[in-house]
Amino acid sequence: MSSMSRRSALGATVGVFGGLALAGAAHASADRARDGRQDHLAHAGHDAMPESFDEVYQGRRIQGRPAQSGGHGGGSAHGGHHPAGYQVHVDGRELHVMRNADGTWISVVNHYETFANPRAVARAAVVELQGSALAPFPA
Amino acid sequence: MTVRKNQAALTAEEKRRFVAALIELKRSGRYDTFVTTHNEFIMSDTDFGDRVGHRSPSFLPWHRRFLLEFEQALQSVDSSVTLPYWDWTADRTARSSLWAADFLGGTGRSRDNRVMDGPFAAGSGNWPIRVRVDGRGYLRRSLGANGGLTLPTRAEVDSVLAMPTYDTAPWNSSSDGFRNHLEGWRGVNLHNRVHVWVGGQMATGTSPNDPVFWLHHAFVDKLWAEWQALHPDSPYLPQGGTRNVVDLHDTMRPWNDVTPADMLDHTAFYTFDTAA
Repeated sequence: MSSMSRRSALGATVGVFGGLALAGAAHASADRARDGRQDHLAHAGHDAMPESFDEVYQGRRIQGRPAQSGGHGGGSAHGGHHPAGYQVHVDGRELHVMRNADGTWISVVNHYETFANPRAVARAAVVELQGSALAPFPA
Repeated sequence: MTVRKNQAALTAEEKRRFVAALIELKRSGRYDTFVTTHNEFIMSDTDFGDRVGHRSPSFLPWHRRFLLEFEQALQSVDSSVTLPYWDWTADRTARSSLWAADFLGGTGRSRDNRVMDGPFAAGSGNWPIRVRVDGRGYLRRSLGANGGLTLPTRAEVDSVLAMPTYDTAPWNSSSDGFRNHLEGWRGVNLHNRVHVWVGGQMATGTSPNDPVFWLHHAFVDKLWAEWQALHPDSPYLPQGGTRNVVDLHDTMRPWNDVTPADMLDHTAFYTFDTAA
């Protein structure tokens, strides 16, 4: 990633978190999230899974954890460089998330916009869902 | 011969027929099979695994084939209908005629982003959202409401069209080259940004729930044709032997009988109203 496009990407991230801050997220979390993204960029190739999280965000319980084995989740469900995925849940329903090659993340409800880490993806999903429950995960 | 026109140039009758054909496909259940197929590929295309529809060189030929199949379905309802394209560098606000009540309808209301006017508003009864990621069964949009996002400019498009190389290793969302800059995972961000600008279902894996999906992708497809005209000596890449990636002569799922090579020349299937 060129320095120009990285600045663009980080700018987009700041924009996203600006929106979340208006919706009630703490700036401190956004700062941590950006730091997390920098870690991914710095350690490209190591691909350590992000840590687990569990919090209530805008009244919804969001949880994330590295998946123990296979199945759907972040990274690749088809082997490759990411044998272990990452699972995110909103009020107990699985949110399909995916890790991008540059370490950013997307989910099925924000599929064309990248986020710094799974927690940011989960928070963005809560904003997008506006209180609606996730549909059951397709078989 | 099928001619794909700029949506801004459609007559009232052309808009009426296009909308009627969409609603008939929806009523018959055929429309939702396209939404399902798209979401399946969205969830299974990964940067380090098999990737066909997205984040890979075959993003462009895959969507060309997907749109052809959809256009043929429309034409089975009304043979006069073709897919229009939305040049979002020109029609760049929620006040565009694209979003008028006689065509796609406008943005969603603030409370829940529900589209309230036009033929696809939930109140019309014509457009139930059945293939979905959450419980909401109505079409949603939030045109331009995502953090002050603006649609790409023609100058940004031209900067991407100027890239001479179709795609580069590692053939995914981190690649340099024309395809990934057009798709938007890298650089000024064209295609992805438009999905986010529209919002609602268009920002999700079930984005074809919004009829604007087809007009957006018809323009992305036209930009591929414009790029080919600018770089006649630049081939589709990669050409062979690439793991997890659709090479020039590999078949593409879900059809398994069509290759990127079969999709390179759009004039075998349709032309555009202006030179591509």
